[in-house]
Amino acid sequence: MQLTEEQAMIRETVRKFALEEVEPLAIEIDRDHIFPEKTVAKMAEMGLLGINISQEFGGAGMDDMCYTIAVEELGRVCGSTGLTLAAHISLCTYPIYAFASDEQKRKYVPDLAKGRFLGAFGLTEPNAGSDAGGTQTVAVKKGDTYVLNGSKIFITNAQHAGTFIITAVTEKGIGTRGISAFIVERDTPGFKVNKGDEKLGMRGSDWGELYFEDAPIPAENLIGKEGEGFKMFMKTLDGGRISIGALALGIAQGALDKALKYAKERVQFDEAIIEQQAIAFKLAEMSTKIVAARHLVYDAARRKIAGEPFSLQSAYAKYFASEIAMEVTSEAIQIHGGYGYTRDYHVERYWRDAKLCTIGEGTSEIQKLVIARTLAKM
Amino acid sequence: MRFELSEELMLLQETVKSFTTAEVAPKAAERDRKGEFPHDILKAASDLGFLGMTIPEKYGGVEMGNLALSLLIEEISRADASLGVTLSVHNSLIGSTLTHHGTDEQKEKYLPRVASGELLGAYALTESNAGTDAANLGLKAEKKGDHYVLNGSKLFITNGLEAGLFIVFARTSQEDKKSRGVTCFLVEPSYSGFSIGTEEEKMGIRATSTVELLFDECPVPAENILGEVGKGFRIAMWALDGGRIGVGSQALGIAQACLDASLKYAKEREQFNRPIAAFQAIQWKLAEMATEIEAARLLIRKAAWLRDKGLDCTSFACMAKMKASEVCVNAADEAVQIHGGAGYTKEFPVERYFRDSRITKIYEGTSEAVRMVLARRLLS
Repeated sequence: MQLTEEQAMIRETVRKFALEEVEPLAIEIDRDHIFPEKTVAKMAEMGLLGINISQEFGGAGMDDMCYTIAVEELGRVCGSTGLTLAAHISLCTYPIYAFASDEQKRKYVPDLAKGRFLGAFGLTEPNAGSDAGGTQTVAVKKGDTYVLNGSKIFITNAQHAGTFIITAVTEKGIGTRGISAFIVERDTPGFKVNKGDEKLGMRGSDWGELYFEDAPIPAENLIGKEGEGFKMFMKTLDGGRISIGALALGIAQGALDKALKYAKERVQFDEAIIEQQAIAFKLAEMSTKIVAARHLVYDAARRKIAGEPFSLQSAYAKYFASEIAMEVTSEAIQIHGGYGYTRDYHVERYWRDAKLCTIGEGTSEIQKLVIARTLAKM
Repeated sequence: MRFELSEELMLLQETVKSFTTAEVAPKAAERDRKGEFPHDILKAASDLGFLGMTIPEKYGGVEMGNLALSLLIEEISRADASLGVTLSVHNSLIGSTLTHHGTDEQKEKYLPRVASGELLGAYALTESNAGTDAANLGLKAEKKGDHYVLNGSKLFITNGLEAGLFIVFARTSQEDKKSRGVTCFLVEPSYSGFSIGTEEEKMGIRATSTVELLFDECPVPAENILGEVGKGFRIAMWALDGGRIGVGSQALGIAQACLDASLKYAKEREQFNRPIAAFQAIQWKLAEMATEIEAARLLIRKAAWLRDKGLDCTSFACMAKMKASEVCVNAADEAVQIHGGAGYTKEFPVERYFRDSRITKIYEGTSEAVRMVLARRLLS
């Protein structure tokens, strides 16, 4: 796969950072549900938190392939750290940069791009998961303010976000055309953030619940027009899917790295277990799946960079990469035998982390729905 | 050919279900979170005969056999896979093995206390260099007068922290064929030089202990040799047949729990103005899960039936373990998927089933090891 010099450089830089700074913390932050604040601060210093945002707005001015590779390399050692970056950029920083007005961009993007705080996207609700159109949070216009009431769950970066994009119903009874998107600041009155439930994986990633009780949002914080929220978040998710595809890809690659190393070192029956055909063939299958996933993820990124439609390709990428990540991480555990079930050997964490990827930002079932609907129209 | 269970076994199933609902299920999630061993539940379980399922009545057991044991493990594991494996190891690897291979003196000395649960059993075969290649074990047993002195270590021993009786496999001689020269010993943790080493931090089955055993000049009386000197490996393999049926039963229980949870959630959870059970994608997952579980169940029941009849059950034990564990891991994965984001939290039990499920493809013979054994038999 041909990469530009800049893209190759980013891989090298992030890989080095990941091995030196991120991996040493990975087991602990997962075990104790710790958010890696210092790591995020370092990522900010490196410009990663605004990697695909133009320098004019405080970013590093790199392309979406560089961003994809950065997420992949982080995911390769720590799913939680990769997810933190992916949600910050794809679900908040980039959507404001891409879809908001100039005033809104100037006001909100630089702080996010420079990593003064993180960004988060409040879409999901207790009754609006796959059925995102089932949003129940409401925003009622009162003069030059929208008053927000409702709640959101499973919001990545919630407790460390200074800026949120929140979806809410501005007009009831007309379905998705009645949903609007708002930029909401953390210190808005009536806005509370609670820590989320303990998780199966991605335990170093912060997630929480958002509660809005008569929270006043300035009218100028509406993104686009009323009723354009659903379309905007669909476009947001298209980009987000590439990032989750990249994350899953990285997790799968990291699991393969570890399985390969172990298979070469572990001796049973007087030879390295990689000499056993069953193990060798597992590794071959794992590698093939990863390469295929990489092609799908990078293809989606390339199309986005080129300004081509990429919804179908981002669905392919997210669906395929997350599913193979589950298969690959499970085999990585299997190759490690009993050790694979213990915390010290990492691979069990990779498997738990990968499981988020078939669910978050559109379940595999939703991806198949998107793909099938697109195919049906062809 | 009869598919239905006997009345006695159906009654046992009901008894176990009631016990599980009342005593095991309520705090299973909490025990997992805290990594807490259920001492109090074991006491109640022993009163019902659950710790002596394959031990003769004359030694205080209930002598119900392997199919009964399988039903017990399956039902317990539905609520708590940790307790499932604790009971499986205790009954099939220790209780059955001692019953089948012990001398009258050994049986009188230990079986009553095993059956009552006073002595929890643990099985020590695995070492850091002897996993699938079990014959590569290196724990040394050197004869010194009327004792054998053990030096070395064992790894990943279930029930290790709580056990009062260990069945330990050690090398009494170096032979060309490594499986020869292995002897089976009954070891009490009070013997000098015996200690517990590292305790593993596991992804799942966190309410059981999985530990390293350390032997430092540990003297074991010669009368504690099970079977004959140098013929221990045969005992290990015999025991593993039962152990595989046990782990298969545990896997089956976890899988059933996954199906139960998924059915419940699919009917209750509404999206797009209808229960998600209305969607074909979800329906298909449930139908496939149910089919795979039934297939695994039949293999396990047949393996257990063969063992009860004293017939060769090795191939079926391998098939049963292979199938049930693979079904289990898939079922747990689909169960989390069906629950969506909520399945990723501790609000629902499925994330625990997911973590618990994964070990079933590894211990008591990896999916690869059982394929090796099975293929060898098919080809011979």
